[in-house]
Amino acid sequence: MNNNFIRNSLRFILLILAQVLIFNHINFLGFVNPYPYVLFILLFPIGDNRAMLIICSFLLGITLDMFSNSGGMHAAASLVMAYSRPWVLRSVFGVAYEYNTIRISNISFTERFIYITILVLVHHFVLFLLETFNVSDILYILKKTLFSGIFTLILCLIFITLFSVKRK
Amino acid sequence: MQQILNILIKYRNFLLFFVLLLLSLFFTIQSHSYHRSKFVNSANFLSGGIYTSLDDVSSYFDLKIHNDQLLEENNMLRQQLFNTLDTVTVRQDTSTFTGTYKFFKARVINNNYALRDNFITLRAGRRDGIEKDLGVITSKGIVGVIDQVSTKFSTVVSILNSNSQINAKLQKSGHFGILEWDGKDPNIVELVDVQEKAPVTKGDTIVTGGMSTIFPEGIGIGTISSFQLDASENYYTIKIKLFNDMTNIGHVYIIKNLDRKEIETLEEQTRDEQ
Repeated sequence: MNNNFIRNSLRFILLILAQVLIFNHINFLGFVNPYPYVLFILLFPIGDNRAMLIICSFLLGITLDMFSNSGGMHAAASLVMAYSRPWVLRSVFGVAYEYNTIRISNISFTERFIYITILVLVHHFVLFLLETFNVSDILYILKKTLFSGIFTLILCLIFITLFSVKRK
Repeated sequence: MQQILNILIKYRNFLLFFVLLLLSLFFTIQSHSYHRSKFVNSANFLSGGIYTSLDDVSSYFDLKIHNDQLLEENNMLRQQLFNTLDTVTVRQDTSTFTGTYKFFKARVINNNYALRDNFITLRAGRRDGIEKDLGVITSKGIVGVIDQVSTKFSTVVSILNSNSQINAKLQKSGHFGILEWDGKDPNIVELVDVQEKAPVTKGDTIVTGGMSTIFPEGIGIGTISSFQLDASENYYTIKIKLFNDMTNIGHVYIIKNLDRKEIETLEEQTRDEQ
């Protein structure tokens, strides 16, 4: 438990620093920025308290909002993502989820891919909807969601592969 | 009572989610209106400090470009100085000369341009004399308007922000319009509500108008790249290519209009009497 707490706090700080100092300044093609800080929500221990995840996601988002002067957009997007995580887990992993036996580093690539894709798209859609704040620009929102989503997805997959400890 | 408590306990996660969501939506909506009292902004010791330590390292990479910019500006100022010396015969005593505008310098420690509402963070705050609603420029043209100020840092509403509205005019004929941004290209801004009678030609220069107390008259903004009449055919919408490269700003100047309080009180009095 204690070990878990330290690991998650470290992840929180490192992901925010990486996001703020590096990934907010990528501006690929002028407008595409990845948001790999969502890894925190993706990797949050599955068996743990759901309320804890919601509060942590809010803190994660609002810290990012503070750095990027964006009001509460990241906080709202992270909240929606954190709140919908159990349903996505259940629909992707089925029975394994009910028995709390999943570790993100141990599951098959396809399942991991689907799990990350759905949650990242949810997060990015809410984020860009709130950033644009205009439903008539839906095509622009979808375009940004798609491009940034692919970017984030690739980074997340790379990070998980690089930093996961295989336990056989 | 027991049942209400039971329901609260049963749906506690949802309630928690809902309350926090409402809070973040409140912040979001607040951030989309220009006149706001923002609680969450980057002019604080944590984000300001982190951006400063990043800037201490990364400023070396742009050193060459920024030196060139300063050299160019010095060159221009020198040219102005020595060309006006012949015509001005009376030297002013500079110790008693205050003028209308006071300038401050600042370093940019964080700059965004890929979002819809972009902000710039400056390493200069209240202790350096910075206040809310002062104009920010570079040697080439305008950058934005000061928004939030803390002791050591301040944020700027960049002209690349959908809330930014700046009074501007055609340098040649003096026809006024409002400077806005459509949120797409960081090099292009729009001048809207320019009268259809105005003689608009491609390549003309757009400068700030003297209608507000934020910017002095005649600070460069950009050149006209294209223009068209709007739907009602009464006003032009003009696309402007900026003089400034908004994606690479190192040093800025902040302008304070010393007559501002007087002008604003006067305007308020006039409004009250009507």
